[in-house]
Amino acid sequence: MRNDSVQDVQSKKPAKDDIALPRLGFLGMLRWAWRQLTSMRTALFLLLLLAVAAVPGSLFPQRPSNPSNVTQYLADHPTSGPILDWFKLFDVYSSPWFAAIYLLLFTSLVGCVLPRAKIHWKAMRSAPPRTPKRLSRLAEYGTVEIPAGSGVDAAQAVKDAAAVLKARRYRVDVRDLDTDRPSVGAEIGFLKEVGNLVFHISILGVLASVAYSGLAGYSGQRIVVEGETFVNTLVGYDTFTPGAYFNSDRLSPYSVQLDKLAVTYDRESPGHYGQPIDFTASLTTKSGPDAPAKKQVLKVNDPVALGGTNIYLVGNGYAPVVTVKDSKGNIAFQGPVVTIPTDGAYTSLMVIKVPDAKPNQLGFVGFFLPTALLDKTTGVTYGSDPDPINPQLNLNAYTGDLGLDNGIPRNVYTLDTSKLKQINGRDMKAGGIVLAPGQSYSLPEHNGTISFDGIKRYAALDIRHDPGQNFVLIFAVLALAGLMASLFMNRRRVWIRTGNHPDGRTMVEFGLLARGEDHRLAGESAAIDKALHAKWLVPVDTPVQDGKQTPTIQPDAGQRVTVSSKDQ
Amino acid sequence: MPGINAGFALLSQQFMFMAGVAYAVAFGAYAWDLVAYSKLMRRGLALESAAAADSVAAARLVGVGSAGSIGQDLGAGPEDRGVRPSSKVHAGSDGITAGDSMKYGPEKRRAARVAVALTVLAAVVHGLAVVFRGIGAGRAPWGNMYEFCTTGGFTVTLIFLLVLTRRDLRFLGTFIIGLVLIMITYASLEAWTPAGHLVPALQSYWLIIHVSIAVMSSALFTMTFAMSVLQLFQSRREASLASGKRDKALVMRLVPNALSLENMSYRINGIAFVGWTLTLMFGSIWAEKAWGRFWGWDTKEVWTFVIWVVYAGYLHARATRGWTGTRAAWLSIAGYLCVVFNFTIVNVFFSGLHSYAGVGS
Repeated sequence: MRNDSVQDVQSKKPAKDDIALPRLGFLGMLRWAWRQLTSMRTALFLLLLLAVAAVPGSLFPQRPSNPSNVTQYLADHPTSGPILDWFKLFDVYSSPWFAAIYLLLFTSLVGCVLPRAKIHWKAMRSAPPRTPKRLSRLAEYGTVEIPAGSGVDAAQAVKDAAAVLKARRYRVDVRDLDTDRPSVGAEIGFLKEVGNLVFHISILGVLASVAYSGLAGYSGQRIVVEGETFVNTLVGYDTFTPGAYFNSDRLSPYSVQLDKLAVTYDRESPGHYGQPIDFTASLTTKSGPDAPAKKQVLKVNDPVALGGTNIYLVGNGYAPVVTVKDSKGNIAFQGPVVTIPTDGAYTSLMVIKVPDAKPNQLGFVGFFLPTALLDKTTGVTYGSDPDPINPQLNLNAYTGDLGLDNGIPRNVYTLDTSKLKQINGRDMKAGGIVLAPGQSYSLPEHNGTISFDGIKRYAALDIRHDPGQNFVLIFAVLALAGLMASLFMNRRRVWIRTGNHPDGRTMVEFGLLARGEDHRLAGESAAIDKALHAKWLVPVDTPVQDGKQTPTIQPDAGQRVTVSSKDQ
Repeated sequence: MPGINAGFALLSQQFMFMAGVAYAVAFGAYAWDLVAYSKLMRRGLALESAAAADSVAAARLVGVGSAGSIGQDLGAGPEDRGVRPSSKVHAGSDGITAGDSMKYGPEKRRAARVAVALTVLAAVVHGLAVVFRGIGAGRAPWGNMYEFCTTGGFTVTLIFLLVLTRRDLRFLGTFIIGLVLIMITYASLEAWTPAGHLVPALQSYWLIIHVSIAVMSSALFTMTFAMSVLQLFQSRREASLASGKRDKALVMRLVPNALSLENMSYRINGIAFVGWTLTLMFGSIWAEKAWGRFWGWDTKEVWTFVIWVVYAGYLHARATRGWTGTRAAWLSIAGYLCVVFNFTIVNVFFSGLHSYAGVGS
């Protein structure tokens, strides 16, 4: 952030302020605090603190991504759980302390970037600094002798040198032309600092875009069984998370019908037998109530864009179609039941609630097995393959009050059986309900019948509108470009001074200085040396006078130069 | 999608085994080189002291501490502001540390040459193993932990060999090849899984882009980690030499001085940091396509972010007074430990959306 020279000035100033502090009082304190905050050391500390602060979010379950695991954790740890919760360790990334760190960091960043931008703006508009008295003291130094009689005097040589540097894209400034030691000052690589500033500002842009997404976007989930249609209205969602600026007029009234969800299983690789390798959802979409229907394909990794939202395929499972008739023979429930897969073989947890059954409400809990296999030794059936090869329902039935009539919201995927009476089960005399497609079962005690009519699949869809997303991408790309410029470009200064020797030769000396770390400065020096020699047609093998400065490199100097030039 | 070819998968396993053997021998050769060099140095020192008593060695050490460009480096110490690299401090070997340009010197290290030749051989065989695995599975061979380890190991070797063509970093050989050996041994014994198709979430061209860049950046971080560790050793040794103590770790004469190690690892870390930024960005783009959001603080995302921030801290430390040298080296080491943690512990033990490493289940 702050470079060394600014840092030096900064470190001197507080000393002055110590004396002024009693007079400045509160303002002085503020200024001192601001200076502390925007110092490089504080920024570095905050940056490392941010890294440390992000870690707990990977150690503890987080509410936004995994709310059920948080509930489970709290149940498992009755003492430590609430303490951790108080410290927001289950909401790390929206916690006040995490926000405090990154807001302080970004404030510090602004305090760094703005003054630097101002300094750099001035530097870009001013001429290269004056030529140092002794160029030989610079990091790189070299000389060229233009032989007598070449017709190039000191003034012409400086102009030529300026042209050489200009051709190498330096910004040049010729000075002292009317003196006997004219010189040219040149500078290159302003984009390095520009890149640095662009990087830091773009990081701010990324943060702002993410915040905008959170405010203006929305997301929701919906499970759609084959044949069902989702209409993009608030009631169409199973869950819906709006941003602060959301209003329901923004929902574009499109509709999506799931025609078919096709699943392909791996049948050839030995270690992954039965693993799903493709999900393809065929959709019929309408961009509005009166719009023409359109066939579209939705796959994992390949969302469908519709009405300003993206629709993602994030889950799937089976929805066995079931009919439940009550004791009077009336259909109390009919339709697909969404089940929750619990393992790789899609052993799916199934809960059916039939509040309309009379006189007793009915509830069913059990499993749907796509491929049921009987374990002969234990007598237990288990699911052995996710493909519906030998589908089977294994259910226990309950009667009693399901607790749905008092208005308390209940999870549709769980059945509280504590107040219900179990009427059959594997351990009971009546036995469990075991059904293959097309089969029917009469419940004990004349409670009615249940039939397994067929199998459908369902798709779990995520629907998202994220207006800030493209801005995040733009700022991220800008940040990347800025980062590369600031890391890989070099800011250099070159000065070339000439003079007329009494014997008629024109003496040229040049020096290079890098701002910041520049391992290719030697290569640039060699390249300039070569270019100057070429300009005045001086053979390069003329003894170069920099031998004194670099005695140790003489034996391999030539080789080193070629390697360095390759670096360019 | 192309089918599974069990024949090529088996061939890949056999080649992986051969590569492992070649690496083991190469590792031995690198170690032999270090021992041989150390012995040579000790013999040289003994001859010197026999010829001119102890005064020669003492004078030499004092000389190093006071005169010449290397002396300045030592005197300045790693805690000081970094001395800017330029041709003036690009000195050759002074006998106390290797030449700081990290260019190949005139001396012949036969064991090291054998070691590099063996590494090239192992890399070719290893490369074939990786390619055959890819043909066997009909896709890019980096879709589970076994493949991350084997392809990652190959990338580490490849990048090491590429750097060797430009700079003499053979002193890193034992570390780099030792690590590759560990990676492919772990992969073959613990994380092996038969060649298979990818789960739908991984079927994307972003797998090729995102993972390959992550692996390449990690390989670069591996090199800078080794250099930062050596930098810490070397700066302690330089301090102890400067205070007139005897040179105990003669093998460290193969290693450049602390400052040039720091400069070189800074350059490599800069490239690797850009690579890691790309990993993060490409990962976000892919996450948006696959999971419906570009960032969701999944465990793997958290650790990718942590690594990015630590290395960002490292790059900033190099521009902060009092944070160059040893402290920067520690940050580079901390960053690499995060990379290792992210690759091992997070992959194997943490649950999250990235949990399809094919380990355990």
